[in-house]
Amino acid sequence: MIGLPHYLTVAAILFTIGVFGIFVNRKNIIVILMSVELILLAVNINLVAFSVFLHDVVGQIFAMFVLTVAAAEAAVGLAILVTFFRNRGDIAVDDASMMKG
Amino acid sequence: MALQAIAFYLMATVTILAGLAVVFARNPVHSVLFLITAFFSAAGLFVLMGAEFLAMLLIVVYVGAVAVLFLFVVMMLDVDFARLREGFARYLPVGGLVAGVLTIEMIMVAVNVATRGAAAGNATPQASAPDVTNAETIGRVLYTDYVYFFQAAGLVLLVAMIGAIVLTLRHKPHIKRQSVSAQTARTPKTGMKIVDIKPGEGISE
Repeated sequence: MIGLPHYLTVAAILFTIGVFGIFVNRKNIIVILMSVELILLAVNINLVAFSVFLHDVVGQIFAMFVLTVAAAEAAVGLAILVTFFRNRGDIAVDDASMMKG
Repeated sequence: MALQAIAFYLMATVTILAGLAVVFARNPVHSVLFLITAFFSAAGLFVLMGAEFLAMLLIVVYVGAVAVLFLFVVMMLDVDFARLREGFARYLPVGGLVAGVLTIEMIMVAVNVATRGAAAGNATPQASAPDVTNAETIGRVLYTDYVYFFQAAGLVLLVAMIGAIVLTLRHKPHIKRQSVSAQTARTPKTGMKIVDIKPGEGISE
């Protein structure tokens, strides 16, 4: 019988994979953004699982708002990335300290 | 029930393996494709729980918009991705250790919450109110109790759209553009100049 613990475990593993991806791909900002998407997906799985097993639809609505914010974040993040690439000709984020001011 | 368990384990395994492949893939294009796989199988998990509306939303928004946007940017930027992988092996042991500890802790907390928390008594998933579809259940709450939040979400998307356009829009200096207002505001008086040329002198300027 597949219950709440199973879904929460999948979400926990997916969340940690996202955090791990940020750790190991510290220079590649594209993979970092994808890892953030993985983390938000894990959050959504958690929200939907709790919503479904608590018989309360509000969790699904909140998951929808998380989805909205994730889409907006990806759009703005990639726009910043493209602008940064135009200015620098590279996307190595450890050089991004030149952007101060 | 057995079929449900098989479907769950299949999609959970695919989701997690695709997530790992996103992080470990050498080519970012492959990363994006594995991200799409992860989203698809996560949508399958949503369907398994009965949340069909969010599953379809996940496919439309993530696969149709976000992942394609990623793919677009990855292919557009001419970057030496091999150089960006420097330090990968250096951070791997510490990162793996932290991630392993984090996973174990989170699974322990999750299982405890699931077995002793508020949802412990409810063994059967129920994504929608009785006698209505999942989409209708969401709509009934979303457009009544959460209508202001819904509007705010729309505003967030609008701001993100304008922000992305403003950030990436660029005018090249030497390209001539049509200015309709300048064209229609032209009169014979401003558009024409009568020069009285003396014989044998020509036009200076």
